[in-house]
Amino acid sequence: MPILWLFVLVLALGLIGFVLGRMRALKDAHGDIRQLHSLPNYYGANVLFATLIPGFAVMVIWLIAQPMVIQSQVTSLIPERAYTDAGSLNLVMSDVRRVAEGLDVAVAEGAMTHEQARDIRSEFTDVRARLGAVGVALGSNVEPYVLQAAQKYRTLSNGGLWLMTVLALGAAVLGFVLSYLRTNKEQRSRNSVERVILVLLIGAASIAILTTLGIVLSLFSNTIEFFKLYPAKDFFFGTTWSPSFGGGSELGIIPLFWGTFYISFIALAVAVPIGLFAAVYLSEYAGPKVRAIAKPLLEVLAGIPTIVYGLFALLTVGPLLVDLFGDGGALGVGWMKGGTAVMTAGLVMGVMLIPFVSSLSDDIINAVPQAMRDGSLGLGATKSETVKQVILPAALPGIVGAILLAASRAIGETMIVVLGAGAAARLSVNPFEAMTTVTAKIVSQLTGDADFSSPEALVAFALGMTLFVITLALNIFALYIVRKYREQYD
Amino acid sequence: MSDMTANTQPTPKSTSSLYDETKRTKRRNQSEVRFKAYGVAAIAIGLFFLIALLVAIFSNGTPAFKQTFITIPVELTESALDKTGNRNVDEMSKVSTFGYKPVVTNALITALKDAGIAIPFKKEKDVEKLLSSSVAAQVRDTVLADPSRVGTSVEFRLLASSRVDGYFKGRVTREDLIRDKNLDAEHLDIADAMAKAGLMATTFNADFIFGSDASESRPEQAGIGVSMMGSLFMMIVVLFLSLPIGVATSIYLEEFAPQNRFTDLIEVNISNLAAVPSIVFGILGLAVFIQFVHLPQSAPLVGGLVLTLMTLPTIIISTRASLKAVPPSIRDAALGVGASKMQSVFHHVLPLAMPGILTGTIIGLAQALGETAPLLLIGMVGFIASNMPDGIASGFLDPNSAMPAQIYEWAKRADPAYYERAWGGIIILLLFLMTMNIIAVILRRRFERRW
Repeated sequence: MPILWLFVLVLALGLIGFVLGRMRALKDAHGDIRQLHSLPNYYGANVLFATLIPGFAVMVIWLIAQPMVIQSQVTSLIPERAYTDAGSLNLVMSDVRRVAEGLDVAVAEGAMTHEQARDIRSEFTDVRARLGAVGVALGSNVEPYVLQAAQKYRTLSNGGLWLMTVLALGAAVLGFVLSYLRTNKEQRSRNSVERVILVLLIGAASIAILTTLGIVLSLFSNTIEFFKLYPAKDFFFGTTWSPSFGGGSELGIIPLFWGTFYISFIALAVAVPIGLFAAVYLSEYAGPKVRAIAKPLLEVLAGIPTIVYGLFALLTVGPLLVDLFGDGGALGVGWMKGGTAVMTAGLVMGVMLIPFVSSLSDDIINAVPQAMRDGSLGLGATKSETVKQVILPAALPGIVGAILLAASRAIGETMIVVLGAGAAARLSVNPFEAMTTVTAKIVSQLTGDADFSSPEALVAFALGMTLFVITLALNIFALYIVRKYREQYD
Repeated sequence: MSDMTANTQPTPKSTSSLYDETKRTKRRNQSEVRFKAYGVAAIAIGLFFLIALLVAIFSNGTPAFKQTFITIPVELTESALDKTGNRNVDEMSKVSTFGYKPVVTNALITALKDAGIAIPFKKEKDVEKLLSSSVAAQVRDTVLADPSRVGTSVEFRLLASSRVDGYFKGRVTREDLIRDKNLDAEHLDIADAMAKAGLMATTFNADFIFGSDASESRPEQAGIGVSMMGSLFMMIVVLFLSLPIGVATSIYLEEFAPQNRFTDLIEVNISNLAAVPSIVFGILGLAVFIQFVHLPQSAPLVGGLVLTLMTLPTIIISTRASLKAVPPSIRDAALGVGASKMQSVFHHVLPLAMPGILTGTIIGLAQALGETAPLLLIGMVGFIASNMPDGIASGFLDPNSAMPAQIYEWAKRADPAYYERAWGGIIILLLFLMTMNIIAVILRRRFERRW
């Protein structure tokens, strides 16, 4: 792994620079630390940074730029008849890459020499069989142009790596020498080191922006790609969801929306009353002892991974509900056909959301000023009347915010619905039927798939985009409400 | 004036004593009691669900840690396993598991006859359905590891098939077997007799914790060890990326950032990222790390990167809180004796905030450890995690699963024997999470200073 070695080499060079720079500064001050502008370590760190930053910068830029340059160079070798659009060009390019990797493996195993790998022609030898002999399986016979492109790819990327090594080491050595020569006792090395650290801190803080940007760009570009293949109107207003990878699929989002909202509604119908009453009881009635035990125990529910809830829905709650509501069940109603249903997923998701609602509302109820309670109690109201007529109205915006946050959680929840809700996209009002959600369909359309050229795979990005926009809007709205409420009492 | 009112208006005569409950008071008191009861009921329901969840996990999951084994002597016949007779491993490895199967089956038949257990089948060979289909490979591996054993009789502890195992755990009954072509009711009679004769016993199974996943038809062999390694490598990535990045971000925002648009933008982004559904991070990982950067699919490295981005907001929020908790007097004192701003932060504020930061990091890691949805999208499911990574690079780059992904995988398989494994996997996962949370609580209790 030459890149790893290059990395280690540059790092070692930097560390040597640290020691040498520190020594040079001390020597310049004749060993008297008081004559130095900064502490000795800063002189060392200065050389260290001057070595590492140019070295790593060259590496990073090269590693990002090289594949693009090679791609454009190699693409010119592929005849236009071999591909019809960008998607099939990608397929050809991945073939090229695989052949190039196969040639690398063959050389590494000694089945071919460098010259052979560079010069073989598929017109004369069966490349597929020769690569198969060293354990590289190729899907089809190697076309001559693919082989040529692969050979070009190999030469370019090998040459590129060598050039990068030379340049990166050169940059590191240059930085090393320059900063070392500049080291003297008057140098303001602390200031420059601190400036570098500040830049690094800003860089770290920008990662949050980059992540959001990455999410938006990756969703957006693939969504656009999807809408090129499938009309947006049919996607947003279609009432059938029946993807088939053979083509002719109907990808209407409405049944998925319906499932998502139905399940979230049931989850909230479970979580909101329980969570709210629990919060009221904990903050207004419970003594410190009960509170110290019950509150952390309820919050354990929030710390349990969602896969556990998913399994609980699939294997415990589902069969239990079938025993109650299924054919020949205890209630004798026969509403439920199978264990996976809107009700199953909704109930379990509701349990998951209880601590979410309760601890948020608890905070909000506690923020209501004590004077309001005292006033109400002083007028002769009972505790429950105080809660109902004074505290809850005062806390209402915050509680609405908490419920909205819980709703956005419910909409974005994946594992419970993947395991508990079923896979059939349906528009039905019976909560005991299996339905599916946006998140569950993202999983089923994308799992284990690396080829994103068909609308059936790309639709997952459009679904993700919709999900992202909805949850983001809900969150912003909820935070806005909560913040507006807080201003009243602070 | 009060005298005047008192004089002009006669005091209204009360019709009842204050100590008597009027109808209205009664109603109000009843509603008070009711309201309080609702609160108690809500707490009780919440705790009931918690208990139900834990009972379901432990009652369904503990059998996974036990497995039924058949302990019999196996005669390693030379004629079948080493035809040339010179104990050359290369030649012996040409005998495949098919060659070993009759050897094991014969050993079982002999053992049954020695114990005086009748075989009620027309073909005696049918008893081999009691054994897991993995036993031939197990015997073969033992023989190839030590060829000198050929020709002797060696005692083996062989896995029973999952149906037999299920029978001893109460999962499989005789009625279930009527339509099951994998096992007959007579097999269970033999199994009962073998258990009585001490040939078959259900004991602790360490392979479930340390072993690798098995194919869909052999649930008795599956273990969670390999995916545990996958999770470990992912957590290493998450720890080494999210801790420095999270701390650096928090230091910048808390100590250095000026009040401007850029700072606002970062703050808004962080609070939004904390609320983005985890599956969206999976889409990001798929599109950026796999589609664009061409990192290997299913690799713990990619999983770790995705989980890092997901955990960052959690770590940043808790780190900022603990930086904020360090009183300004510390900073002022450092600045007063001539430290630079950077020195005051790195030499004084950061060490004091460290316990809080570590607590937040551990809680963030625990969250990441249990997260499943993004891992499904970057391909950490759908295959059999059968090989322990050999070496560190392979641990990060070779396809592997992770504990929650493995549990999901088991839950999706058709054989109910895998459900037990899924619950067992959850017990292990929860043990890890519990340990991490307890460490976090202890750290907070012991080292966090209140100012």
